[in-house]
Amino acid sequence: MELLSGADMLIRSLQDEGIEYIYGYPGGAALHIYDALFRQDKVKHILVRHEQAAVHMADGYARATGKPGTVLVTSGPGATNTITGIATAFMDSIPMVVLCGQVASSLIGEDAFQETDMIGVSRPVVKHNLSVRHPEEIPEVIRKAYYIASTGRPGPVVVDIPKDMTTPNERYEYSYPKKVKLRSYNPAVRGHAGQIKKAVDMLLAAKRPMIYAGGGVILGKASEQLIELVRTLGYPITNTLMGIGCYPATDKQHLGWLGMHGTYESNMAMHHSDLILCVGARFDDRVTNATEKFCPGARIIHIDIDPASISKTIEADVPIVGPVDAVLKEMLSLVKEAKETPDAEALAAWWKQIDEWRAFHGMRYETNPDVIKPQEVIEALWRLTDGKAFVTSDVGQHQMFAAQYYKFDKPNRWINSGGLGTMGFGLPAAMGVKLSFPDDEVLCITGEGSIQMNIQELSTCKQYDLPVKIINLNNQALGMVKQWQDMNYESRHSQSYMESLPDFIKLAESYGHVGIRIDKKEDLEPKLKEALAMKDKLVFLDIYVDRFEHVYPMQVARGSMKDMWLSKTERV
Amino acid sequence: MRRIISVLLENEPGALSRVVGLFSQRNYNIETLTVAPTEDETLSRLTVTTTGSDKVIEQITKQLNKLIEVVKLVDLTEGSHIERELMLIKLKATGSQRAEIKRTVDIFRGQIVDVTSSVYTVQLAGDSDKLDGFIQAVGTAGVLEVVRSGVSGIARGEKILSI
Repeated sequence: MELLSGADMLIRSLQDEGIEYIYGYPGGAALHIYDALFRQDKVKHILVRHEQAAVHMADGYARATGKPGTVLVTSGPGATNTITGIATAFMDSIPMVVLCGQVASSLIGEDAFQETDMIGVSRPVVKHNLSVRHPEEIPEVIRKAYYIASTGRPGPVVVDIPKDMTTPNERYEYSYPKKVKLRSYNPAVRGHAGQIKKAVDMLLAAKRPMIYAGGGVILGKASEQLIELVRTLGYPITNTLMGIGCYPATDKQHLGWLGMHGTYESNMAMHHSDLILCVGARFDDRVTNATEKFCPGARIIHIDIDPASISKTIEADVPIVGPVDAVLKEMLSLVKEAKETPDAEALAAWWKQIDEWRAFHGMRYETNPDVIKPQEVIEALWRLTDGKAFVTSDVGQHQMFAAQYYKFDKPNRWINSGGLGTMGFGLPAAMGVKLSFPDDEVLCITGEGSIQMNIQELSTCKQYDLPVKIINLNNQALGMVKQWQDMNYESRHSQSYMESLPDFIKLAESYGHVGIRIDKKEDLEPKLKEALAMKDKLVFLDIYVDRFEHVYPMQVARGSMKDMWLSKTERV
Repeated sequence: MRRIISVLLENEPGALSRVVGLFSQRNYNIETLTVAPTEDETLSRLTVTTTGSDKVIEQITKQLNKLIEVVKLVDLTEGSHIERELMLIKLKATGSQRAEIKRTVDIFRGQIVDVTSSVYTVQLAGDSDKLDGFIQAVGTAGVLEVVRSGVSGIARGEKILSI
């Protein structure tokens, strides 16, 4: 067997795990590891400008590829800077391994330079964390970390590595474990057959069925199975913000997404349904509105890999714990075998009702010949990229407009921080995507508030030649905050107005990129085309949009799903 | 409703803090908590008493089960079970009080385990209600110091919590 130092074992383990990229930032406690990284060329390291961005990059990579992302940082501030990124990944169940340097074990607890209890600090926002207590353990710890991160309900795993675990001149026998078994961790591999049968019977008997799909379908790579089941049944489907792309948005059975800023027809159909099949979603408060008023006539089937997600906020009538792909596959074969078929008459009446809702108020907004509407920008982008781009977003109004008006037909293309709502996510996430999909169009749709939270990464983009397109919907205000202040605080715009914005064009240029300002409506399409034609350049599009636009529909706070504002004046 | 949840936990550093962290993070109550190694040195047994609606208790057990280091758990209050708590209590014991306290200790089947001219230290085991009852019987005025172990529990009969 080979003898390797702890640091070399760590890097070898990553190679054997098949890791392509590490995103990170060096520092004292991680220097042995960085030296081992230098002496090989299989695993590529991307140097960010702030550790938070490294985590969002790994996150973007994971969401687009479906593979776990990897981060490497030093102890203390290096480690604590990753926390927002880790919490972001945790809330959206993104597989990721974050390797953190730590002070030498002899110094732990002594308030040594750059010492932080990363195991303690990260605990509430990780799926699990591990610390290395002996160099020989490194291969097993790494295998365990990736296994836990990427199986069951995925999530981030932190590995804390004291500096003396990676000392160069202490060598140990290296072998990478093929398998790892944890007696206390056995994620479900299939759903309960009896429950699945019961669910199928209920599905076939439903008069006003709704399928409500979430991010679990994308994480569980079950999009194909879902599409087949939905088409076989002929039922309407909606999805969550996290589930966007799990079912083609341009398909006629798709009602758009649901919840706080979901479509009128989705929210109406949910509220009036008699049966909801929830697939890999978690009845989040941004979906349900007031839980006690949630879908009063509906029975609920809930499929989730995580038993704790079932009946957490909304009680399920038929809980099914299992991987969504396997469960959907079994459901589909039962549906095909079944003697009964969906009640055609009831279904036709249900679709008629849904089409009436669609006609009453689909996604629309008022245009103005003199002002660029943010929605127009998104629609133009959708057209100009044939709906095929990867789109990352930050958090706020621009995120909702992007999700509403860019019609995603494929999973893993819409990449946003849905659960935590992290401003500053968009640009580094786009970088992680672009690195792995260099030939695809990668758009970062952002706002002038969010983009400034990780703007320093323009420098990383230059270093690694990452020609993403940044679409800055500049409304010169923290738009979503301002919208809430308009609606709930009599337009008292407390701290939501951003004076002293930088000249984003010069800023982009100073980092070596191209900046384009768009403030006239007639310039919108030509300049978007011009930017998209610059395949090898990062283009920062600073687009001055309507400062007074609100995101609609918007559910009325503490109401049921069907209580919505459809515009500034229409309330249903 | 009060519940006693018994957990087999990997005997690893940091495992206990995950359990305690989970309770504060998700706003669950901990009334008592005990933890000690078992006959299998790789496992600790943890007993937590908590209160909450059935829905909350269901979430507590599910969330506990999600912790990687939780090997197995049972809600003892779902079946018949035995619960015990140990209390050491120092009581002011002078003059006529001494005989009275001794009698009360006997009634509660406790033991006086340390004596000075003015203080009795009493050891008492039982369910939590019994310990509360003893404190009430001796009167809080005479109580100098109380230390309670928290609840340990085990199922009655042949039910066993093991891996």
